[in-house]
Amino acid sequence: MAIERDEVLHVARLARLELTDDEVSRFQEQLSAILEAVSKVSELDLADVPPTAHPLEIANAWAEDVPRPCLTLDEAFANAPDRRDDHFGSPPA
Amino acid sequence: MTPPVDTLRLTAEEANDLLRRGEVSSDELLDAYRAAIDARDGELHAFLTLVDDPAGAGIPIALKDVISTKGVRTTAGSRILESYVPVFDSTVAARCKARGLRVLGKTNTDEFAMGSSTENSAFGPSRNPWDPARVPGGSGGGSAAAVSAGMAPWALGSDTGGSVKLPSAFCGNVGLRPTYGTVSRYGIVAFASSLDQVGPVAKTVRDCALLYSVISGRDENDSTTVDVPEVELPEDGDLRGVRIGLPRQLNEVEGIEPGVKAAVGAAVRAAEELGASVDTCELPLSVDYGLPCYYLIAPAEASANLARYDGVRYGLRSPGETFGEMVMATRHDGFGDEVKRRIMLGTYALSSGYYDAYYGTAQKVRTVIKREHDALFERFDVLVSPTCATTAFPVGAKAQDPLAMYLTDVLTIPSNMAGLPGLSIPCGLSDGLPVGLQLVGPQFAENTLFRVGHALERAIGFDYVPERLR
Repeated sequence: MAIERDEVLHVARLARLELTDDEVSRFQEQLSAILEAVSKVSELDLADVPPTAHPLEIANAWAEDVPRPCLTLDEAFANAPDRRDDHFGSPPA
Repeated sequence: MTPPVDTLRLTAEEANDLLRRGEVSSDELLDAYRAAIDARDGELHAFLTLVDDPAGAGIPIALKDVISTKGVRTTAGSRILESYVPVFDSTVAARCKARGLRVLGKTNTDEFAMGSSTENSAFGPSRNPWDPARVPGGSGGGSAAAVSAGMAPWALGSDTGGSVKLPSAFCGNVGLRPTYGTVSRYGIVAFASSLDQVGPVAKTVRDCALLYSVISGRDENDSTTVDVPEVELPEDGDLRGVRIGLPRQLNEVEGIEPGVKAAVGAAVRAAEELGASVDTCELPLSVDYGLPCYYLIAPAEASANLARYDGVRYGLRSPGETFGEMVMATRHDGFGDEVKRRIMLGTYALSSGYYDAYYGTAQKVRTVIKREHDALFERFDVLVSPTCATTAFPVGAKAQDPLAMYLTDVLTIPSNMAGLPGLSIPCGLSDGLPVGLQLVGPQFAENTLFRVGHALERAIGFDYVPERLR
């Protein structure tokens, strides 16, 4: 299952990954090989099989709705690359 | 006069006993392990960060660097978190500290725990204490190398596709991947949330059980955790009444080394001599389809989890004129090749037009794998196989071939997909390198694994100190 260069670029855009030309070529080749291997899952007849999203059979997990201590503003901003007062700064959209 | 402490041989249980009897102080123990780190970690590179004078009055522990530690840098082996210092403790770190355990340092890992050799770490590979020309396995190679080389009495790792079990096998340690939901993931750098599980790495099964009892149990900060049966430390005894299954597809997997097969065969005979009943059985689809299933589900979940690294709230930020350019540049500079590959693969599997064919199908295959295992546990208490078809491979041997690297985990992945607990214990040497024996049980059967593992450990008599360090 080979994937096209355009598909690599499309997926990189969806994943917000900037790729160099060299990376695009390399990933095109490697992802084609990996996709061919994982496509094996399509060999099975799974018509009546339900999906498993989670290995335990727990339906809901409830917690009491009571306030608990949370991070202070200084803690929440401690690792921020660009703190502007009490906001996270970023370049313009 | 301080008694000499041989950190290569001392178990955590023995270290605890020395401490309790007042024969050694907590600081003296810490110093002994720090001295071992000074002597050996230059060669092995098990640690990414060392902690100066860690709090606590107990014995030391090392934590894989995906485990958040308040005030101590936590990188997940990635440039994107190179300077990240958590402002809170993960639940497992908090539980260790509450028991007095002192965090020696943070251990090396494949970036975001994605890999089977620790070569994908942005900070350079770790080395195997049995042969530094070889990998320690991954992703938690740092924790396994630290325990094996006497640089920590025990450690925590995390296991998504085999990242505790595989390095434990390659380094001659005992490693447990617990039942999904028994150990809190709160504060663990997320890779694939329906698979990630923290687990202990130790020298003995009893140490492993002890550390599991420290970290396991329901946590209000992780709604996927559940109540856990009380941990029973295994005592000496036989294996009468234990039904062992040998899944043919795991035990006869392609590429299995003769030395691995021989060591596993000897362990199975030892189990029979201890009174266990042994029979072969079949996992017709789980092994062939487990790896493809895993390499769709885990990257899909990873692509969602790693979307948070956007250069805004924490972590690396690279310059960009616009918000979009900044995010793309940050992720380009911050993530290594394997992480990019998996993000791409996962994004592709979840993208419009491919979702049903890839991710949706893989989720159904996951059900098939779970059912196959469930059916076997109607007849067996434990499934036994090698942890890996080979022993530790040379550094660089698979670094250029992602698919070959993925195949390393073909024996650990199937039971992980079903959320089952797996214990890897050393069962002998093949050409001078440790062989791992994988014991898999039904969900919440950790105590059975400890009992069987402990009995086999005693019967096998494996010397966990690497030959070149004796």
